[in-house]
Amino acid sequence: MKQPLLEFTDKGIYCPPAKVYLDPWKPVDKALITHGHADHSRWGHKKYITHESNVPIISHRLGDINVSGVRFRESVNINNVKFTFHPAGHIPGSSQIRVEHKDEVWVFTGDYKTEIDGVSEPYEPVKCDTFITECTFGLPAFKWTPQAEVMYDINTWWAQNKAEGKCSILFAYSLGKAQRLLKHLDPSIGKIMTHGAIENMTEVLRPMLDMPATELITRDTKKEDFRGSIVLAPPSAHGSTWIRKMVPYVTASASGWMTFRGARRRRAIDKGFVMSDHCDWPALLESIEATGAEKVICTHGYTDIFSKYLRSIGYDARTEETQYEGETIVPLDPPEGEDDKSTSQKDAPIKNIVG
Amino acid sequence: MNNEKTIPTRYTESPPLGDLGGMSIFASLIKTLDSTNKTNTKVDALAQYFRIASDEDKVWTIAILSHRRPPRPVNTTLLREWASELANIPLWLFEESYHIVGDLAETIALIIPRADSNSEKSLTQYLKELIWLKKQDDAVKKEYLYENWSTLNYYERFVFSKLITGSFRIGVSQKLMTRALSKATQIDEDELAYKLMGDWDPKTVSFHDLVIEEDASQQYSRPYPFFLAYAIEEDASELGEVTDFLAEHKWDGIRSQTIFRNGEIFIWSRGEELVTDKYPELHILKDHIPDGTVIDGELLPFYDGQIGTFNDLQTRIGRKTVSKKMLKDVPVIIKAYDILEWEGKDLRETAFAKRREVLESLYSNITDKGLPIGISETMEFKSWETMAEERGRSREMRSEGLMIKRKDSPYRVGRKKGDWWKWKVDPLTIDAVLTYAMRGHGRRSNLFTDYTFGLWNDDNTELVTFAKAYSGLTDAEFRKVDAWIKKNTLDRFGPVRSVTPHHVFEIAFEGIALSKRHKSGIATRFPRILRWRQDKKIAEANSLSDLKAMIPSNAPEGQVEKEPLPPTKK
Repeated sequence: MKQPLLEFTDKGIYCPPAKVYLDPWKPVDKALITHGHADHSRWGHKKYITHESNVPIISHRLGDINVSGVRFRESVNINNVKFTFHPAGHIPGSSQIRVEHKDEVWVFTGDYKTEIDGVSEPYEPVKCDTFITECTFGLPAFKWTPQAEVMYDINTWWAQNKAEGKCSILFAYSLGKAQRLLKHLDPSIGKIMTHGAIENMTEVLRPMLDMPATELITRDTKKEDFRGSIVLAPPSAHGSTWIRKMVPYVTASASGWMTFRGARRRRAIDKGFVMSDHCDWPALLESIEATGAEKVICTHGYTDIFSKYLRSIGYDARTEETQYEGETIVPLDPPEGEDDKSTSQKDAPIKNIVG
Repeated sequence: MNNEKTIPTRYTESPPLGDLGGMSIFASLIKTLDSTNKTNTKVDALAQYFRIASDEDKVWTIAILSHRRPPRPVNTTLLREWASELANIPLWLFEESYHIVGDLAETIALIIPRADSNSEKSLTQYLKELIWLKKQDDAVKKEYLYENWSTLNYYERFVFSKLITGSFRIGVSQKLMTRALSKATQIDEDELAYKLMGDWDPKTVSFHDLVIEEDASQQYSRPYPFFLAYAIEEDASELGEVTDFLAEHKWDGIRSQTIFRNGEIFIWSRGEELVTDKYPELHILKDHIPDGTVIDGELLPFYDGQIGTFNDLQTRIGRKTVSKKMLKDVPVIIKAYDILEWEGKDLRETAFAKRREVLESLYSNITDKGLPIGISETMEFKSWETMAEERGRSREMRSEGLMIKRKDSPYRVGRKKGDWWKWKVDPLTIDAVLTYAMRGHGRRSNLFTDYTFGLWNDDNTELVTFAKAYSGLTDAEFRKVDAWIKKNTLDRFGPVRSVTPHHVFEIAFEGIALSKRHKSGIATRFPRILRWRQDKKIAEANSLSDLKAMIPSNAPEGQVEKEPLPPTKK
């Protein structure tokens, strides 16, 4: 049997003819990186190759690394294997990686979404034979409301909190979700304030994106400044002493997991907005169809269920174990002082967190 | 970056609720209740609802939130089939989604394609339709569901499906609902709690008759709200002078209220279920106890001159009809704690010690001691130490511990701190190994939180299932175990996963008895997780023989053999 173009190894997804890895989870010589989230761009590789927008993001997160950036659809040839990066629509800079070798084309999505969010380059379907897809929300229960409606709800929520003299705290990943929300917050309602982790990452992205002004929260920020303002904070700030001076406040989270009433209730937040940077069920099915692929490999999320369904509608689908974060729900409420190992890594390795 | 689209993000005031139909207002209430953890916000939202909803809808809302839902018009098998058909997905995929979502109505509401219209009908109208629907044939049912599922918006569709499938568990207790109603109507909360007890029918009763002004003659079967005790967590001596209290054993059966009025007997369980027909052996009491009497007591299995196990009683709980064999095997008596009404007069404001005098004189006038009624003896102690010694004898007495009641306490409504305390015995504990896991429901949906535990067999080769437990870990611990389970699944059996035996948990339980209905041969009462023993390896977990050694030497053999399990209540 012929060796597959991409193999799933204990270090990550490996391309034998090119001797490179895609989004590896253990240190390797050469890594092609889809996007800047910590479970996809890890520390310790000798060489990073990624889309040019990711270079400042990854450098900000990982410090002094050897990284080179390429443009979308620009060919990178390694040992006669042609690699190209194509927009994945997940977060700014996020890419799918197309791998072509001798008449065979594979596409690895990393994470992706098809909805146009205003900050990420819109997803582009890429024809291929084998499609390696995430399926974080690969259940028919997940169907997103259009972003404009969710943002309308979020801005309305903020305006109502302001009318009640309260501060609105919105929890979001520092990279991606925070800038997406920021982009569409309505600055005419009030002041947009940020946690250090989010401010730093937003600073990195400002040269590429036009976003409303933000004000960094520091030790000198006055209690009165929080009234009527909205605060963007990473999930880890929930339940911390840092938010105490914002009293009176109301909290919210924007995530695909907020679909579930149970997930909302157990997180002890006041409001859940359903907004995700991943595909919902219909978008997964549509994008798989658009690639024309016959073979589908599901990497993270509800892989067993989703691949079983794909087989039932005629695809040659299977699952592969990876270390990308799939089934975990990002905990928003780790008790103080708790060494919570299950905490998502996505927000972990950010430098310069202002306490 | 490029290709940016302009996305409108304007905001406006939300539409006033008054313009919406009754169902929309109710769905909006449920949405508000769902999206807050704060009790005060919930009470305010409910009170506001009670101010604006129609009288008919209010009655139904009270009924729904106090577990008086009309019978399920469509069985869940058909609901699942039809919902997956409408959503155009295979049934197995619906089932998988359901296991993850953790709630049937929510699953249905999520998988069906979205619709945006608001319903103009009232809540009452929907409930009338559901009552009508029960008698229709399947084709009519299906058409009716399809029409509503495909036109109602998400929250209305969820509420609509919830009305069909089951109870509304949305973090609103009856007590909270009563408080909100009190806020909206300015009627005293305890008075309302009493009015809302017992047997009333939302189909026929008006809001005015139920809540505002009632016709007392209609209400002779109605029980008083139960007074519930708080648990002593620290030191009992902090309660004050020991001589201010009477103590008695806390019997382990079914708390009940038995009403003798108009020549009839009514037996109510604490869950406000009328259970008169389930205990025919008690009906004879109405020939011996005068009208105008209400007794608070424990229903207990009693045979061979002693109290049986809760496990035996359990075989009778789920049954509507009682076989002769059961009556013979597990006869039940009332062990009386208190008297709430005597000679037609409400005694609840009378001091507990006085009420006990009335109760004891009533009991002493019953000459036939073969009748199925006893009295829970009160005890006076000179010191907390001697009371503690008595508490130490609880397992021997087949009680769960002691009840401590202030002599001058009235019989209050609901769980109130101060006058009545329960001082349970410390639980028994054993170290067991996690063997199977299932996803939880409600706020634990999509998290593996329902665990099965095993103990070693005699030659330490196999883990034998002995208990299931759902509670006792913190949210953070549950998340850790959940993440571990997802990575260490051995096999899947529908929603159940078997996991690598690796983690040891200390399991606490209240009672223990031999049982022929359990695989392990032992039944434990109210097992729950006490702590996660990350310091222990599975070889250090206990064995089944360790568990057997905990059974008190005077414990009765279970009376009932090989009875099928009663239907489990969810």
